[in-house]
Amino acid sequence: MSVAVGIAQRSPRRSGGRRSASFAIFLLLVVLLLAAIVALTVGAAGIPLSRLPAALGIAGENTAMTARDQLVLWSIRIPRIAATAMIGGLLAAAGAIMQGLFRNPLADPALVGVSSGGALAAASAIVFTDSRFGEAVRFLQTELLPLAAFAGSLATTAILYGISSRSGRTSIAVFLLAGVAITAIANAGIGLLVFIADDRQLRDITFWMLGSMSGATWTKAAVLAPVLVIGLAACALIARGLDLLVLGEADAFHGGVDVERLKRISIVMVSAMTGVAVSISGVIGFVGIVVPHLLRLVIGPAHRLLLPASVLLGAVLMVGADTLARTIVAPAEMPIGILTAAVGAPVFLFILLRQRGLTAL
Amino acid sequence: MTVVIEARHLSKRAGRATLLDGASLTVAEGEMVAIIGPNGAGKSTLLRLLSGDLRPSAGEVRLMQRDIGSFTPRELAARRAMLSQHINVTFPFTVEEVVLMGAGERSLRDASPLVDAALDEVGLAHFRERQLPTLSGGEQQRAHFARVLVQLACGEAEHGPGLLLLDEPTSSLDLRHQIDLVEAARRRAAAGTAVIAILHDLNLAIRFADRLVVLAGGKLAADGPRAEIVTRETIRDIFEIDAVVHQDGGGVPFVLPQSMRAAPHLSLRER
Repeated sequence: MSVAVGIAQRSPRRSGGRRSASFAIFLLLVVLLLAAIVALTVGAAGIPLSRLPAALGIAGENTAMTARDQLVLWSIRIPRIAATAMIGGLLAAAGAIMQGLFRNPLADPALVGVSSGGALAAASAIVFTDSRFGEAVRFLQTELLPLAAFAGSLATTAILYGISSRSGRTSIAVFLLAGVAITAIANAGIGLLVFIADDRQLRDITFWMLGSMSGATWTKAAVLAPVLVIGLAACALIARGLDLLVLGEADAFHGGVDVERLKRISIVMVSAMTGVAVSISGVIGFVGIVVPHLLRLVIGPAHRLLLPASVLLGAVLMVGADTLARTIVAPAEMPIGILTAAVGAPVFLFILLRQRGLTAL
Repeated sequence: MTVVIEARHLSKRAGRATLLDGASLTVAEGEMVAIIGPNGAGKSTLLRLLSGDLRPSAGEVRLMQRDIGSFTPRELAARRAMLSQHINVTFPFTVEEVVLMGAGERSLRDASPLVDAALDEVGLAHFRERQLPTLSGGEQQRAHFARVLVQLACGEAEHGPGLLLLDEPTSSLDLRHQIDLVEAARRRAAAGTAVIAILHDLNLAIRFADRLVVLAGGKLAADGPRAEIVTRETIRDIFEIDAVVHQDGGGVPFVLPQSMRAAPHLSLRER
């Protein structure tokens, strides 16, 4: 299979490659900051830019509104923006790693069932801890959810790799179809849980299937932060290996890559990043496809830059999408998964159509 | 002569099939060896065993007097480079980025002279900014050869003469680039590299190597200088065809299969 994505000419990056790399990261940081400022000011309770410094406690005079603004910002909006940004970063980086691992730009944790596997495990954890049998561990529910989702995602990724990889080659058709089947199995499991769940559990489970950031709190942001930090550190560790893996497993090995170790780290990272994100936001698709795809067109496919840039652009897109989700139908809130799918699915089809011109799938 | 790689009684089984059966081979610094044999003879299996990518079912491979399994992938990459067949790069890496992959952890700035030299050698300097998937099959193969040359050069700078393995390196190349590749490999051998290549074209194999290794049915059928190996009898035994073996002015044999007569001339009327 030969998939050529982003044939459009990239500007030559020969001169000052390092400088343009740090410039790209800097630019993305600035855009993220701007997106966060916009997200801080709009919402059910508007906080105009003029009142923002006072509300943040940076400068400006306290007015009658300051106390209210501060409450909105610090207990609702800032934790939500922080969690949203981190989830966007985790999902985009997980997508980029998975695409590198499977040598395929269409790999996305949500698309091939890794997110569903995580959601199934998380939903099982809810139903179990709420049931008579799980009474003993009920107080641990908040901590158990991300762990269960991680385990579910890990199992799904491992199964997927086992099915679609044979002697170092990954079949794209088998991979996507296996993903479809795994998603179906996970969704059947979730359906079963919905069937046996009581009303309160039902509400919690439904939330996973649509994807929403409305449950974000400081506690949840605190769960995401260490995963993101460890994930970024691991990205630096696996970047060169993922570059060489594009040659195939045997040739990556010939080039000096410990392929088994690389695969293990990548699978655990994808599962941890997806699982933890899913345990907090539910299943949000396509961020992992759209972000790395756009970035490859602009900065190229080398993972040393692609992975951290995916974290940042993923954060930007998710903060933007979440801001949109909580304003377009205000005072109600649109599930963010609907928005990301509306943007992401056409991009997926676009990649597919470009591939069709270049290869038989 | 310093032995670079030594295979002792190598066997490889996959399920019930025996892919390779008790092959032994020793290649020294500066030697050029061509592996020939019909399809399914075990040539690629032997090469992958020699590269350390496959583990033998029986026997052992020693690279520079050390068991090949005792090297880490990185140590191995610094001592042997291998060019495989059919590599599909799925992401839009440029030719330069792919060639640079041979340089390990070195940055473009440090490895730039090596990358430039390798690109010149394979005649792709003008394509360095092009995305690899947009090139033709032969051009891609040359880009990968340049990558492998960079890897070899990086390793040899640290550890002295290494091992270069080539699996049908000329399969998608035109005549001129086949010869260019063979000459590039010869230059490496002249500098001390041990070179082992699988080649299908017998005449190219004869030009390429002074020593030929013949595999048939998973067994090593013959191993020796080309003048001894390339005879009418061996060719009939191994490839099951009749061939005429001539010698050129320098005493180098060349092979013309008997059934390969020119197609009969068809006049326009007959068509």
